[in-house]
Amino acid sequence: MATQSASYAVGRNPEMGPGGELVASPVAPFDAPEPELGSQTMLVNVGPQHPATHGVLRLVVELDGETVVSVTPRLGYLHSSFEKLGEYRTWNQIIPLTDRMDYLAPLIYNCAYVMAVEKLMGIEVTERCKVTRVICMELDRVFSHLLWLGTWSIDVGAFTPFLYAFQQREKVYKLHEAFTGARITTSATRIGGMMADLPEGWTEGVREFADNLPATLDEVDTLLTCNAIHVGRTQGIGAISADEAVNHGLTGANLRASGVPYDVRKDRPYYDYESYDFEVPIGCHGDCYDRYLVRMEEMRQSLRILQQALDRLPDGPMDVPDPRITLPTKTECMSDMESMIHHFKLITEGIPAPAEDCWFSVEGSKGELGMYVVGDGGPKPVRWRIRPPSFVNLSAIPKLAEGHLMADLIMINASLDIVLGEIDR
Amino acid sequence: MSATSEPRGAAPDFDLVSLGPSGQRDAQRVRATGSEVPHLNPSVAALRERFPGAVLGNQVMAGDEDVVYVDPSRIVEVLRWLREDPGQHYDHLADVTAVDYGGGRPIEVVYQLWSIPRRAALRLKCELSLDALEVDSATAIWEGANWLEREVYDMYGVEFRGHPDMRRILMPDGYAEGHPLRKDFPLRGRFSRAEQTRRSLTRDPEDHYTPGEIGGREPQLVAPHDERSDGDPER
Repeated sequence: MATQSASYAVGRNPEMGPGGELVASPVAPFDAPEPELGSQTMLVNVGPQHPATHGVLRLVVELDGETVVSVTPRLGYLHSSFEKLGEYRTWNQIIPLTDRMDYLAPLIYNCAYVMAVEKLMGIEVTERCKVTRVICMELDRVFSHLLWLGTWSIDVGAFTPFLYAFQQREKVYKLHEAFTGARITTSATRIGGMMADLPEGWTEGVREFADNLPATLDEVDTLLTCNAIHVGRTQGIGAISADEAVNHGLTGANLRASGVPYDVRKDRPYYDYESYDFEVPIGCHGDCYDRYLVRMEEMRQSLRILQQALDRLPDGPMDVPDPRITLPTKTECMSDMESMIHHFKLITEGIPAPAEDCWFSVEGSKGELGMYVVGDGGPKPVRWRIRPPSFVNLSAIPKLAEGHLMADLIMINASLDIVLGEIDR
Repeated sequence: MSATSEPRGAAPDFDLVSLGPSGQRDAQRVRATGSEVPHLNPSVAALRERFPGAVLGNQVMAGDEDVVYVDPSRIVEVLRWLREDPGQHYDHLADVTAVDYGGGRPIEVVYQLWSIPRRAALRLKCELSLDALEVDSATAIWEGANWLEREVYDMYGVEFRGHPDMRRILMPDGYAEGHPLRKDFPLRGRFSRAEQTRRSLTRDPEDHYTPGEIGGREPQLVAPHDERSDGDPER
């Protein structure tokens, strides 16, 4: 596997071992004997309405002075029961539910869902559709990481990178809008293809974005990577060793920052990811700073994949040429009896799936995004389950934050890159 | 579950349409329990050899996914072996979830495993009858199972024995309508809208913390501004 350590010429905190076991807070050690302050701890409620919780997350924090004794996350404030709603919809009608879960990377969710359903039904999509979906997924990985970069820098106290990141994000919003008509709730995929072919000039827009983003990343790099405040607030904070990270089920950049090179695009390739030339950055300390480095490098690698995918985007049909799966065009519907019948049957009945189940996971922007779909021979799922990467990543926060300061808890939460729409579903 | 899956007469064209695009895989649908069942992952044969009594059957799903049906009373033993045996090394518990097929059929608890060093996937299933929804917890093997099992408990009512914190996770602690993802749970909830509204209006607004979180300490209540004796409301 081609891997690459993200190495930057930054001095590490010498008090920390390679596994991150000796975690020293960057705050100067307090030499004087601890004054007797009594043993009472204090409960502080963080959220659910607070910008630093990145959504409606509520953390009940037990504090001893300023040190975190325990963290209890309370979830469910955004629970919409998408999985239950999906059981009452046909396979194609579920697609709009998927982008409402991770509204920071909606296209990845759209693609992952239809890929699982297509595997269950045994549908092989066209080459043009595959490359288009790769472009969509890599574009949204950058899109999501840019939001993480902006909010991360706000949490660390830097406002300028936030503006730089959101300026670039706006370009992706425009690309979303040009392709799908919506900026966030894209619903761009259909079973067997995409909602439409790419519009005129769209690939040039993606190319321009991919050409221009590295300059912004370099600027942010200069502002943050060697910045003393940023380094002091993130190195050695929230460290987790490789074994523990795997044991807690962490995936994505949070796992790779601990040195485990697990990336679904490399380990279980889909859509010819093995033929793209890119590297998986890994960290070695597993702390907040390494998670930052890994995500910064991931954006550059995603841009490499974007460039290659744009180069190889073939002509040809976008949708599977099978009338049992793909809707006929409006012209065909109006002029051809057979097409009208197919259209009617597809809309009124939906596409049946076999009575089997299927697990399909892709590398989402937050981690391993798994889709588990169970069919019963009919056009609606018996069960539609999402393995939410942020949900599992967040479950490690009591372990990561214990013993750190209250202010570090905010950085740890920011470094996990969560999205509450997906956690609560 | 739906009328469209039933055979629709003798016309061959309609049969083809109702079978769907993947009708050719129908032969594999039947759950196989014999010893001569084809499989793709060598772990299936190893499991059958190591746990002849615990493995109830296996099946290949969706073309290339191996599923093993395990006796619920021995699931933790099987999971621990799969994780710790050097030949298996399934170190990543990707998912724990459940499936309710409705109609009084047993609820399936599904474990999705992945081996990072060996790059192999395996799915284990436990069937629990509706009157005995209990299975041992995998939290002793994987910390990551904690919240996933809590979600299964919340949504299906499956109790995990030995779980350190068996509470609801997405629904509120005092949720009285049952377990939402069960097939017998109506889409809009068991209570009427009026009852749901009444309950949410009569909830104690000070009930922000569970007793476990408060841990015996006195809650520190802050009075509203206009009730404070020293406070000037105009301040």
